[in-house]
Amino acid sequence: MIPAAFQYVKANSVAEALVLLQQHGEDAKLVAGGHSLLPAMKLRLSQPTVLIDIAAANDLKGIAVNGNTLSIGAGETYHAIASSAAVKRTCAIVADCVGQIGDIQVRNAGTIGGALAHADPAADLTAVFLALGGSVSVASASGTRQIAADDMFVAMLTTALDSGEIITTVHVPVIGAGQGASYAKLKHPASRYAIVGVAAMVSMSGGKITSARVAVTGAGPQAVRQTATEQALIGTDGGDAASKAAASKAGDDMDYLGDIHASEEYRRAMVKVYAARAISAAVAQARG
Amino acid sequence: MTAEATTRMVGRALKRREDPQLITGHGNFLDDVKLNGMTHAAVLRSPYAHARIRSINTSKAKALPGVVAVYVGTDMTDVNPLPCAWPAGGFKNNLNTPRAIAVDVVRFAGEAVAVVIAEDRYIARDALDLIDVDYEPLAVVVDPEKATHPGAPQLHENAPNNIVVEWNAGNRDSTNAAVANAQVVVKERIVNQRLMPTPMETRGSIASYESSTGEFTLWSSSQAPHVHRLLLTAFVFGIPETKLRVIAPNVGGGFGQKIFVYQDMVFCMWAARKLGRPVKFVEDRSENFKSSSHGRDHVTDVEICGTRDGRVTGLRIKTYAGLGAYLSTIAPGVATTLYGRIVTGVYKIPNVSIDVIATYTNTAMVDAYRGAGRPEASYLIERMMDRWAAELGMDPAEVRRINFIQPHEFPYNNGLGLLPYDSGNYAPALDKALATIGYADMRREQAELRKQGRYLGIGISSYVEICGVAPTAWANGQGWGAGLWESANVRIHLTGQVVVTTGSLPHGQGVETTFAQIVADELGVPYDNVLIEHSDTAGTPFGYGTYGSRSLAVGGTAMVKSVQKIKEKAKRLAAHLLEANPDDMVFADGKVHVKGSPDKSKTFGEIALYASVGASMPNGEEPFLDETTYYDPPNCTFPFGTHICIVEVTPETGAIELKRYVGVDDVGNIINPLIVHGQLHGGIAQGIAQALFEQAVYDDNGQLLSGTLMDYAVPTAAMLPNYEIDHTVTPSPVNPLGVKGAGEAGTIGSAQCVMNAIIDALSPFGVQHMQMPATPERVWKAMHAHK
Repeated sequence: MIPAAFQYVKANSVAEALVLLQQHGEDAKLVAGGHSLLPAMKLRLSQPTVLIDIAAANDLKGIAVNGNTLSIGAGETYHAIASSAAVKRTCAIVADCVGQIGDIQVRNAGTIGGALAHADPAADLTAVFLALGGSVSVASASGTRQIAADDMFVAMLTTALDSGEIITTVHVPVIGAGQGASYAKLKHPASRYAIVGVAAMVSMSGGKITSARVAVTGAGPQAVRQTATEQALIGTDGGDAASKAAASKAGDDMDYLGDIHASEEYRRAMVKVYAARAISAAVAQARG
Repeated sequence: MTAEATTRMVGRALKRREDPQLITGHGNFLDDVKLNGMTHAAVLRSPYAHARIRSINTSKAKALPGVVAVYVGTDMTDVNPLPCAWPAGGFKNNLNTPRAIAVDVVRFAGEAVAVVIAEDRYIARDALDLIDVDYEPLAVVVDPEKATHPGAPQLHENAPNNIVVEWNAGNRDSTNAAVANAQVVVKERIVNQRLMPTPMETRGSIASYESSTGEFTLWSSSQAPHVHRLLLTAFVFGIPETKLRVIAPNVGGGFGQKIFVYQDMVFCMWAARKLGRPVKFVEDRSENFKSSSHGRDHVTDVEICGTRDGRVTGLRIKTYAGLGAYLSTIAPGVATTLYGRIVTGVYKIPNVSIDVIATYTNTAMVDAYRGAGRPEASYLIERMMDRWAAELGMDPAEVRRINFIQPHEFPYNNGLGLLPYDSGNYAPALDKALATIGYADMRREQAELRKQGRYLGIGISSYVEICGVAPTAWANGQGWGAGLWESANVRIHLTGQVVVTTGSLPHGQGVETTFAQIVADELGVPYDNVLIEHSDTAGTPFGYGTYGSRSLAVGGTAMVKSVQKIKEKAKRLAAHLLEANPDDMVFADGKVHVKGSPDKSKTFGEIALYASVGASMPNGEEPFLDETTYYDPPNCTFPFGTHICIVEVTPETGAIELKRYVGVDDVGNIINPLIVHGQLHGGIAQGIAQALFEQAVYDDNGQLLSGTLMDYAVPTAAMLPNYEIDHTVTPSPVNPLGVKGAGEAGTIGSAQCVMNAIIDALSPFGVQHMQMPATPERVWKAMHAHK
């Protein structure tokens, strides 16, 4: 539990961080909350020679609602997001999700940008981000770009981010009238990570579901959309029978992980159970 | 000085006087200790569970700037392996204990292969990566039963089939006959899974050596400093006991793990002597999990038999107990005496036979963990009583009641080689627990909810356990290699301040508080005038330490006896001052007065001042009030109680909700209810943890899969229920305080309470037994397998 030697530098802005990233190249890692990186470093699974601390970068802070979009600075902590009135009002699923991450100490340090960039297979936010169809603004020395949620997660612990890029802002839709979004999670008893986490978002019109996005985290190597479930929901009334029928299609076509707490068999079954719970809660919200 | 009137302190729920220091961050734990010139040790641990060491090359590590030395096992063969102090059951030259650093062969993943000593902890850790070890991997066995199978990998040449000891108690012939002739026999295989004690503060050692005197000092996060001093000097280093001083700073939890001597104590002392500089080693959490002691690890086949009306007539048990790759300090005794001699629990069972086959496996050493043998025994009999009740279609409370040992049968001999149970009255504790939970109503509610597809379970556990193991002569007959008495010195200083030094020491038990409460009442002095000193072999009389719920029953009694001697002397001195007959003196309310003449008196303060100055002592009296007692109790004590809990399981997920938990515990007289409740809460939490969350898992290669707190599920307060705790009070006749012990009772009563409730909830699905921990997955599978 003793990390290898590293150099620590503090960046007070995104611009400073980008210069430092360029200067130190592949050997550098960004750190904000550090709750994923530091444990890996203590086990020497990760041995960056330079840590660039962006926790104090002011231009990574801020929570704002612009029209139909909620934009959260990548450096906002889980605690700040969970207790934000704007988030609770416009996209409560995000506040609810980050309020369940780890414990108080983790929530006071961990950041939304860090969680999405790290893409832990059992992270909570990845499924919520996918179900909401959000996007991230990304900065690098060569400019800025947007990455859509559907393009973000490539493989276990791997995202579409290039090594010189920093997530600056996370965008998710404001949940409007006739919409609902919910996250249901089976917690790992030791780590509090998701053994299975399912996020669902639905839009309803005239009593029918017009669009649906459902994503699963925890059960497999990366967070994944459940298109069969989504398709099965569209056009239904989202009632118990319809939700359960759609949820029963969840998780059939994905890779799984197993450990001493939950086998692949159990995770497969729980994906369907938690999908039904998330969908039901989302539908209830959409109906008002 | 005037004696202040004091209200009675015993029985009051005083907050622990230890706590202000600890909860404000002013504690002084092992890692807080820093010495001039101190070096830091890091341990290279074997990645293999079983391998021959072909060669070790440390030259690159030695060349790293800041590295002071690198040692391997062969460097330290001038000192002995660690001793085993409790070779219970008789050994035939197959007692294998670890060396400070492995020589030639490693036998568990995590065993020390090399130690780096460096200027700081970072350099020491960096140097580990520069050591090259060439291993020849060997076949591995981790299961305590499979280790005995023909063809199993062999850990030690002197232990065929990996057997440590084959031990039995009870009457095999009568039990075989009882099982053969019984109307009903119920059979089960019961696993008591391996656990990791997980004290919040990990273990470690800091050793310094003074070459001019040849004296060592060892700071250790320890439950038994005097025992560590004895074992390390006389058995490992072969030096006079007086050449080592052991100091336990604040100890952040132990649960048994800090009773034992460990490899790091030896290599820190050895290196400190070699280098002439202090050496510090503090485990990180992964090291604590890999290489400090574990608990439990039993696989048992059991049969219970009896008559159709519910009477149990026989109990036949065969247990494989995994003790790990080597024998830890008291491991064989835990798996035999502390388990096998109490397996009939609170029941009068005429025919009982138990065989224990203790085995070596390629795993970390197993030794006493909170309850030490008694949780395993209690789990076994209480699970089987539920199986027995279910088989007969009887109520589990009723089956327990009709088989209880009756009040008039105490002192009770259970036929398993213990001294008789001291006192007990089991039905009132059961009745109180049943009344508190509202048993009849809960059974009705359970039946109603089942009709709605909701599954409530009610679990009962009636337990008895063994505390303050003694007397020494009996323990010696069990193979225990030392004493089990305890010491206390009481001194009254000139100012009337009372100083108690004891071989007991607190690491959460609140000894400083309860001991002071007792002394304040006995002497009639203010509670704040009593200081309890402990934890340093240089300042305390030899004592055996804190474990087995013994501090109050044994150490506390030693203290009371010293106080009584002080009072007798005070009466003699007062008689001299008052020119009265010593036999007519009465000690009451902090004063000594002449019987019948309360105004003819001396305050305790006046007597203390007089004795401390010592200017005109009566003939034959020494100055000063100073008395020491070494107390060896005539018997163990036997706390008991009944726990009942309510669970609900959710069919679609297998999730378990622990809705209520009632504990009625009889720990004898209670000195401080707040501390007793704290001990019970913590104990029950650890039992619930075993039932629901915790399991140390090795894969077939001997790799510890539960090696971090991300994998090993120690519950937080948020995962535990509100405890409804009550008591019956049956004083122990063994000691003058009438106390029994409360440190382990909660753990011993709880795991089976939760499991019985879960299995009761699952009975509509045909479930008769389930192994721990009852994870949601296991519950879900059990419900779906029987659909």
